[in-house]
Amino acid sequence: MKILKPLLTILLTVMWLSPLYAEKNSVVIGMQLEPPNLDPTGGAAAAIDEVVYSNIYEGLTRFRADGSVTPGLAKSWTISNDGLVYTFKLQENVKFHNGNNFDAFDVQFSINRARDENSTNAQKGLFKGIRSVDVVNSSVVKITLSNPNGGFIRNLAWGDAIILDPDTADSAASEPNGTGPFKFSKWIKGDRVELVKNNDYWGEAIALEKASFKFISDPTAAFAALMAGDVDAFPVYPAPETLAQFEADPNFNVIVGSTEGETILSTNNKSEKLKDVRVRKAIAHAINRQAIVDGAMFGFGTPIGTHFAPHHPDYIDLTAQSNYDPEKSKSLLSEAGVSDGLTLSLKLPPPSYARRGGEIIASQLREVGIETKIENLEWAQWLEQVFKGKDYDLTIVSHTEPMDIGIYGNPSYYFQYDSQEFRNLMNALNLETNDQERSKILKNAQKLIADDYVNGYLFQLAKTGVANSKLIGLWKNSPTQANDLTGVSWSN
Amino acid sequence: MFSYFFSRLKVLIFSLFFASIIIFFMIEIIPGDPASFMLGINAEPDTINALKKELGLDVSALERYYNWITGMFIGDFGVSYTYRVPVSELVMARIGVSIPLALYAILLSTLIAIPIGIISASNHGSFKDWSFMGFTQLGIAIPNFWFAMVLVLIFSIYLKWFSAGGIPGWDEGFFINLKALTLPAFALALPQASILARIMRSALIETLSQDYFRTARASGLTFFQAVKKHAFRNALIPVLTIIGLQFSFLIAGAIIIENVFFLPGIGRLIFQGIVQRDLIVVESLVMLLVFSVIIVNFLVDMAYLYVDPRLRVKK
Repeated sequence: MKILKPLLTILLTVMWLSPLYAEKNSVVIGMQLEPPNLDPTGGAAAAIDEVVYSNIYEGLTRFRADGSVTPGLAKSWTISNDGLVYTFKLQENVKFHNGNNFDAFDVQFSINRARDENSTNAQKGLFKGIRSVDVVNSSVVKITLSNPNGGFIRNLAWGDAIILDPDTADSAASEPNGTGPFKFSKWIKGDRVELVKNNDYWGEAIALEKASFKFISDPTAAFAALMAGDVDAFPVYPAPETLAQFEADPNFNVIVGSTEGETILSTNNKSEKLKDVRVRKAIAHAINRQAIVDGAMFGFGTPIGTHFAPHHPDYIDLTAQSNYDPEKSKSLLSEAGVSDGLTLSLKLPPPSYARRGGEIIASQLREVGIETKIENLEWAQWLEQVFKGKDYDLTIVSHTEPMDIGIYGNPSYYFQYDSQEFRNLMNALNLETNDQERSKILKNAQKLIADDYVNGYLFQLAKTGVANSKLIGLWKNSPTQANDLTGVSWSN
Repeated sequence: MFSYFFSRLKVLIFSLFFASIIIFFMIEIIPGDPASFMLGINAEPDTINALKKELGLDVSALERYYNWITGMFIGDFGVSYTYRVPVSELVMARIGVSIPLALYAILLSTLIAIPIGIISASNHGSFKDWSFMGFTQLGIAIPNFWFAMVLVLIFSIYLKWFSAGGIPGWDEGFFINLKALTLPAFALALPQASILARIMRSALIETLSQDYFRTARASGLTFFQAVKKHAFRNALIPVLTIIGLQFSFLIAGAIIIENVFFLPGIGRLIFQGIVQRDLIVVESLVMLLVFSVIIVNFLVDMAYLYVDPRLRVKK
C-alpha cells in the first residue's frame, strides 16, 4: 500500500500541471486523414490541400467560399481576342516566407515545372493546353495556349497550380515555403501540423496568430476531441451518427454544406453484362436515392440525376428521368433478356458512403432480381483492380474534383464510356469562351450522360462539419478541398 | 560462456536474415502500387511512371531487397514513399511515443499488480483476496479499447482533466507529455495488471508453502519481513517472464489504443503504411519489431540471472 501513495501524488500533480486554457487567437482544426506530405503539386491527397491551400500557398487565382474564382497572386489579367494569350499582371511587393521576392520568373518556373515531362503533378491535365509561359517583365507574365480553353482561369485556382519559390521547390514536401498569410511552423508526424501568422503578408491581415491541424482518424476519437475541446472545429466530421447531439448543444455549430463530390454507382460500360443500355437503365430505376441518403448518409446529401453539382448555376435536375420504379426496372431487364440470374460484382472502396451505400444498393438491386457480389477493397486495391484494371461491374465512388464532367470524354477512363457525341461536346466547350454558350453545352452534356445511363447517379456528397459556436468564418461549402483560414476568427 | 554467446549470435543473425526475406517478399506481393495511390484518379499515366522512377520503384524487387538490406547495415532504412523523408527519421519520432507509452504502461501495471498480488496471497482465501481477484477477472474481461473510451468519457469530456488524446511532443516539456500519456497508459495497463496480479498471487502462494519460508518465520521474522526477504524474490521469475512478453506485445499491440487516443505511435504508422502502400516503411517497421522482440527476450534472460543467483553459477 505504501507504493500507492507516491503513485497517486505523481498522478494528481501531473493532472493539473498543464492548465487547460484556450487562447482566442489560435485555432485547432481536426482532420481525419493526415497529409502524406505538404506539397500540393506532387500528389493527389486531398489532405495536402486541406492544410496548405490559401493558408501557406497561393496561386495566380483562387477559389472563394462560394465557389467563385478571384484574383490571387495575379492582380488582373487580359485575354486576347482569339482566347489564346493570357497576360497576367502580378501582385507586387510579395515575399515568400523565406524572404525571397516573388516575381514573374517564379510563375514561369512553377507552371513549367507542373507541365514538365518528369512532373509528378497529379492534375497535369490542367496544364495540358499550355504552349509557352513567357516573362514580359518582373511583374507581368504571358501564358500562351495552343487551343482556347474557357476554363483556364479556373484551372489556375487549383491547389495543384500554386506558385513555388524555385530555391525551395525540392523541399516543398516537408518544408513548405509559400506566399500565403500563414507560415509553416512544425509538423509532429502523425499528430499535427502547426502554422503561424505571416506578419509580412502582402494581402489583408488575418485575425489568427496560430493555427494547428490535428489528425484524428477514429470517428469516436473525433467526437471525444470535439467534446473535450481539444479541437475547435472538424470541418469534415467523420461521425455523422453523433451530429444530432452537437445540434442540440449550444456550444457547437453543425455546418452543413455541399461539396464537389458527385457520388455515383460507377458502371463498367464495357462489361459484357452491362454494355446494353437497357440493363444500365434498369439499374438506375431500381435505385431509391433518398433511401441511400437516409440510410448511408444520415440524411445528408442531395440526390442527383447526372454528373454535375446541384449548386452550380448550370446544373439541371434530371433525377426524374431515373426515378425509383422497380416495376419498370424489371420490365427493362426482361426486355434485355436478363430477367433471371444477373449477378454483378460490386467492389467497394473504404469510405462509409461506399460501404454503407453498397449494402443498401445491393438490397435494392436484389428486389428487381439482380444479385451482387460485394467485395470490400482498400484504396490501393481499388486503384489497381477497378480504376486501372477495369476488373469490375459496379463500384461506388465520390468524384470530388470540381467541374469534372470532362472525364466522360475519355473512353479509357475506368467506366469506359465511349461516345463520340460527348467528345464533340467537350471539344466545343473548350473552344467556347462565351458564358451563355458554355452553359448550353454543359447542359447538353449533362443530358447526354443521363440519357446513356452511363453510371447510376446517386447524390452530391454533403460536407458536414462541427465547430465551436464562437468560431466564425469557416467555409460552409467546399468548392475545392481546402480549409481556408484567412477569414476565420473568434467572436466574443 | 563466450562460445554460448557466439552460438546465440549466429542464431540471432540467421533468424534476422530469414525474417528479412519473408517480410520483404510477403509485403511486396500485396497488390497495389504506391505511386498510383499518391497521384489519385486524375493522374496521367506518364506522371505515374515519372513518380515511380523518382521513388526508385522502376527496378526489380530483388534489386530493391538488396538495397534495403545493405542500407540497413549502415542504419539507412530508405526513404518513405509517401512522406518523402528517411524511414529512420519517421520511426524515431514514433518510437518517442510508443516506447514511453509501453514503459509507462508496464510501470503502472507492475505498481498496481505487485501490491495486489502480495495482499491477495497473504490473505489467501479471505474476502480481500476474493474481491481483488474478482476485479482482476473483470480487468482481463474488459476490452481495453472500451475501457479507454470510458476513461475519455469520464476524465476528458466530463471532468476535463485530461485532453482526449494526442501528444504535445517532447520538446514542449516532460510532464505535459507524461500527462498526455496517462490515460492511454492506464487503458493499456489494466488488462496487463490484472494478468500480472494473478500470476504474482499464485506464484507467491506457492512460495509461502515452501519449507524455507516456514523456517524464516520460525526464526523470528514477521510475515512481511519473510515475504520481503525470501518469498517475493522467488515468486518474481514467472512475473518477469510475463513482463517481458508483455513489453513486445505493448509496443506492437497498442495500435487500437493509439487510435482511440490518436497518438502518433508505431502501431498507427504501420497501419498508415499498409493503407498507403508505403511498403518500405512497413518492411522496416516489421523488421524492427522482430528485432525488438528478440532483444527483449534476451534482456529477460539477463534479468533471470539477476534475480536467481543459482543461474549465474550453473553456466
